[in-house]
Amino acid sequence: MTDIALPATPLLTADGTPLKTRLKRIERLHQLKSVALILPLILFLALTFLAPIISMLGRSVDNPEVASAMPHTIAAMAQWNKKALPGDDVYAALVSDLTEMKSDQQRLSDAAKRLNMEIAGFRSLMQKTARALPFETAPASYKSALRDIDERWGDPAYWHAIERNASTNTPYYLLASVDLNINDQGDVAKAEPEKAIYLEVFARTFWISAVVTVICLLLGFPLAYLLATLPTRQSNLLMILVLLPFWTSILVRVAAWIVLLQSGGLINGALLSLSIIEAPLQLVFNRTGVYISMVHILLPYMILPIYSVMKGISPSYVRAAVSLGCHPIRSFWKVYFPLSLAGVGAGGLLVFILCIGYYITPALLGGPKDQMVSYFVAFYTNTTINWGMATALGSLLLLATVVLYAVYNRLVGASNLKLG
Amino acid sequence: MPSYATPIERLWYYAFRILCGMVLLFLILPILVIIPLSFNEGSFLVYPMTGFSLHWYQDFLNSPEWMLALKNSIIVAPGATLIAVTLGTLASIGLTRADFPFKSLLMSILISPMVVPIVIVSVSSYLFFAPLGWTNSYLTLIAVHAALGVPFVIITVTATLQGFNQNLAKAAASLGASPFTTFKTVTLPLIASGVTSGALFAFATSFDEVVVTLFLAGPKQTTLPRQMFSGIRENISPTIAAVATILIVTSVIMLLTLEYLRGRSEKLRTAAAA
Repeated sequence: MTDIALPATPLLTADGTPLKTRLKRIERLHQLKSVALILPLILFLALTFLAPIISMLGRSVDNPEVASAMPHTIAAMAQWNKKALPGDDVYAALVSDLTEMKSDQQRLSDAAKRLNMEIAGFRSLMQKTARALPFETAPASYKSALRDIDERWGDPAYWHAIERNASTNTPYYLLASVDLNINDQGDVAKAEPEKAIYLEVFARTFWISAVVTVICLLLGFPLAYLLATLPTRQSNLLMILVLLPFWTSILVRVAAWIVLLQSGGLINGALLSLSIIEAPLQLVFNRTGVYISMVHILLPYMILPIYSVMKGISPSYVRAAVSLGCHPIRSFWKVYFPLSLAGVGAGGLLVFILCIGYYITPALLGGPKDQMVSYFVAFYTNTTINWGMATALGSLLLLATVVLYAVYNRLVGASNLKLG
Repeated sequence: MPSYATPIERLWYYAFRILCGMVLLFLILPILVIIPLSFNEGSFLVYPMTGFSLHWYQDFLNSPEWMLALKNSIIVAPGATLIAVTLGTLASIGLTRADFPFKSLLMSILISPMVVPIVIVSVSSYLFFAPLGWTNSYLTLIAVHAALGVPFVIITVTATLQGFNQNLAKAAASLGASPFTTFKTVTLPLIASGVTSGALFAFATSFDEVVVTLFLAGPKQTTLPRQMFSGIRENISPTIAAVATILIVTSVIMLLTLEYLRGRSEKLRTAAAA
């Protein structure tokens, strides 16, 4: 028996390579093939989804207008001490920039529009000055010549505005999105009250989302409990009632809510005929309408995760507590509820994440005071064409979503999303 | 409810049942309310109904705008579904088989189109594709809709693959089947229910999508939800109720298909375990 020894050479495959090496190679090949299967999707999403979003993030600090329209002025301003008025060479450079811009009205109006965001009235100042140029003969002092055209060129604030836009990148839009700006001293400061509207919009967005999440939880938790405890046959039937609205087009539901909630609608009609109210209630095109329709849309996203967690809770736990003398309500609260918390957390986070990005329902069922961040992103993109503001607000909204999504991933795991 | 229950327990029980009934009513009410109105004779969307008529369906069928929207929806949604299902299924198979660093990060990126606010997807793709002259095109619209449908395919197919015994594919390979034959004759039939539910979700996502369409589509690519959006904005006519009813019927069909598939896959799973 002791004669049997292990072969001195390692096991070889038919072509002479060691088995171990060969196996490793095959496994690596297998891995590569698997990755090759994922690659088409990665490339597809990179082009249709990730690249646009990354370029949007870039655009939120993009500031090409002034830098491209006034290259001479900006070069000359590099020497400026930023305290008094700039020197005559800067004035001369501005004259040559503005003269050049006269042949390219689009560039002039883009730069003027951008500077007008900094100081109201800058647009007309630029247009007026450009119209007066070029000078017939070169003036002795460009400074006084420009101040003759408009006295505002003697105000350092206008030069500070140009100087702030010397770079092709700007924090202007991102700061404006949180009601801040950069003042003439170059410090971050609170924006003027008439421009400081976005913090309120963000607060409103989070507030609406929080209210919707809480209402969804209050309505969804009992229903999920009923669905999880009923016999399978009945619960499957009721589940269809939950899933049907989930599968129905959002616009169908919005239309239905308008029909139900409008002043001559069913709800008001029923309340009036029961003499509960005397005049029709305003239930739609205000906050009430937004809450009702948002809860309706997001309720299934709350019910499904809670239901799937509750399905896994054995009823014998509560029975054990009751049999040991614990009051049924207390044993529900002390035993069952903590076990269901995983579902509550998953559902709550999911509803909140989906809610902060909502656009359609507030736009169709809310009033002007009920619009959330998404509305302003859309508004600045296609109504006022202020892409800096649109992308900056969008970037902040995306940031909020990504942070919440990361928390969700940590707690629940993205692939554990339950769909129906 | 046991016979020895105290009155307070009975009260709790009934209060709970009534609350649940009201929540279910809340969920289903809008759908129940809009269907009858589409058969109403009068031209206002209010109850009581004045008489039965199919007038508004006729209106829908005779309207060139609605027909264009219907045609576009029938082009865009299946196109987006096809792309999402093909790429999503392949990737799900790869994701289940491969093991590499940052796999869960990749997974959450692939699922992120589901949670990124739709306005951000729309605005960013508009700003990205407009300078390239790619807006107002079916292809771009289909591609972005497909991206929105991908997460659903990934979720449903990876879930199904977790119950798929990889040894079956290995057995097929050891018997000399090519990877394609293995996929076609072994893997695909076994994961078909997951792929189909993913497809249904992707289809519903595109079929119901309005915000991306608002930004990316020109007047020629307007879809049913887009047309409904402008209809609701301007004035809600009973034609909208008729379209809504048709869409509700579509979703009922999709939901029942899904429930049927779920039942079938559960049966298969229990049969495989036995």
